[in-house]
Amino acid sequence: MIEVIHLSKSFDGKTVVSDISTRFMEGQTNLIIGRSGSGKTVLLKCILGLHDPDSGQVLYDGRNFTEMKNKERKNLRRELGMVFQGGALFDSLTVEENIRFPLDMFTTMSPKEKLNRVNFCLEHVNITRANQLYPSEISGGMQKRVAIARAIALNPKYLFCDEPNSGLDPETANLIDDLIQSLTREFKMTTIINTHDMNSVIEIGESVLFLHKGEKCWEGSKNNILHSGNKILNDFIFANKLYAILKNESQDEG
Amino acid sequence: MHFLFHIGRYFWMLRRVFAKPEKHKIYIKQLFHELEALGTSSVGIVAVISLFIGGILTIQLAYNLVNPLYPKSLIGLGTRDTLILEFSSTIMGLIMAGKIGSNITSEIGSMKVTEQIDSLEIMGINSASYLILPKIVAVVFVFPLLVILSIFFGLVGGLIVGPAVGVVSLTEYIDGIRYVFIPYYVTFSLIKSLFFGFLVASVPAYFGYFVQGGALEVGKASTRAVVSTNILILLFDLILTRLLLT
Repeated sequence: MIEVIHLSKSFDGKTVVSDISTRFMEGQTNLIIGRSGSGKTVLLKCILGLHDPDSGQVLYDGRNFTEMKNKERKNLRRELGMVFQGGALFDSLTVEENIRFPLDMFTTMSPKEKLNRVNFCLEHVNITRANQLYPSEISGGMQKRVAIARAIALNPKYLFCDEPNSGLDPETANLIDDLIQSLTREFKMTTIINTHDMNSVIEIGESVLFLHKGEKCWEGSKNNILHSGNKILNDFIFANKLYAILKNESQDEG
Repeated sequence: MHFLFHIGRYFWMLRRVFAKPEKHKIYIKQLFHELEALGTSSVGIVAVISLFIGGILTIQLAYNLVNPLYPKSLIGLGTRDTLILEFSSTIMGLIMAGKIGSNITSEIGSMKVTEQIDSLEIMGINSASYLILPKIVAVVFVFPLLVILSIFFGLVGGLIVGPAVGVVSLTEYIDGIRYVFIPYYVTFSLIKSLFFGFLVASVPAYFGYFVQGGALEVGKASTRAVVSTNILILLFDLILTRLLLT
């Protein structure tokens, strides 16, 4: 479990994340949603330690990350896996080398064990026969899946995804969502996904945190998000005409 | 104030660069990769430029040597000392700042804007050390070798062009380049090359490492890196010449 306590962050006097407290539970997909510029990415980067918060704390299973020294942070970071919006695969390395990279850096596995682990990770993201291809030679959807494979290579306890299905067609986006959810359950990870894709919320939003102008506006799950009664949240959800139609239809039936 | 901010951040970056590497084996592998990418690939351009400059220097020295009392062998001597003292270290430094420096800024800058550097940090890897240290070591190691190559090819350029255009005979030129050779000039040139090598790798790495934005900003950072490196090379040239040669 990851716990965020009264976390705030500002840049040049402008508050971007304001007094956010929440819990991200183990073994489930926790979504942070909100409009562009609502502070989702900054909150995620504060949790990851890429930004130092102005105030507040981040606890990883009770371990206070914000107060840790660099060496302790480094050790904890080996328990984290991250899937960036653009994949962030290393351009100069092949698919296999990308996934093997954390294994080379942090394990004493033999080359054969590493290859087995790479293939295990690739199988889990449904990729075969792409080991020797470079990131520029594979599609966007495949790059995301390779990024997921790299993120799980060290068997992390915590998985972070920053808009994992942005720029993908709906079918591939669904595949990525399902993949993240199944991996979360299989490996019992605490997964945090940053998204503004409502399809992801409805598909895998076991726990949803809605941010508005840097503040926590609503918290719940996919089961009650459509009937939250929160105007700001409704404006966000039903900006997508498809959901507005679905809501109207369900009201008519009711 | 802005200038001081950059100086401070540059040294902060260097402190991270020279931190203890995570895994020496990986760093050594990276070092060999950088030696090939930044060093071996520069041999061709160094040879070509030095050949031409050596030839041009010979013609210009002959053109300026109007007094018939001066022996023609001074052309060879002048070419040799100019190459050793200034051209092969400083001018090569300026050229390499353009070739290697822009390469380093764009490579690290692209990694920065595509979040590859964040990715390394999240894995718990010191990205500054992993990406920049092998480049600095490779360039500092290879730079003196390039300077020696440049001196050699510059002298060969003069040897080919001088007699070919008839400004100096082969014997006079060879006599000149062997006349009153001061080995300290080579030491001086190699000391300069170590400093320039460090600047050529570390300054562009700084501009790439802290770039923000997209591809356009990476391009701008590349230009700023080359300009700043060139100015610093000339500044250090002045300081080192004053300290070591006068």
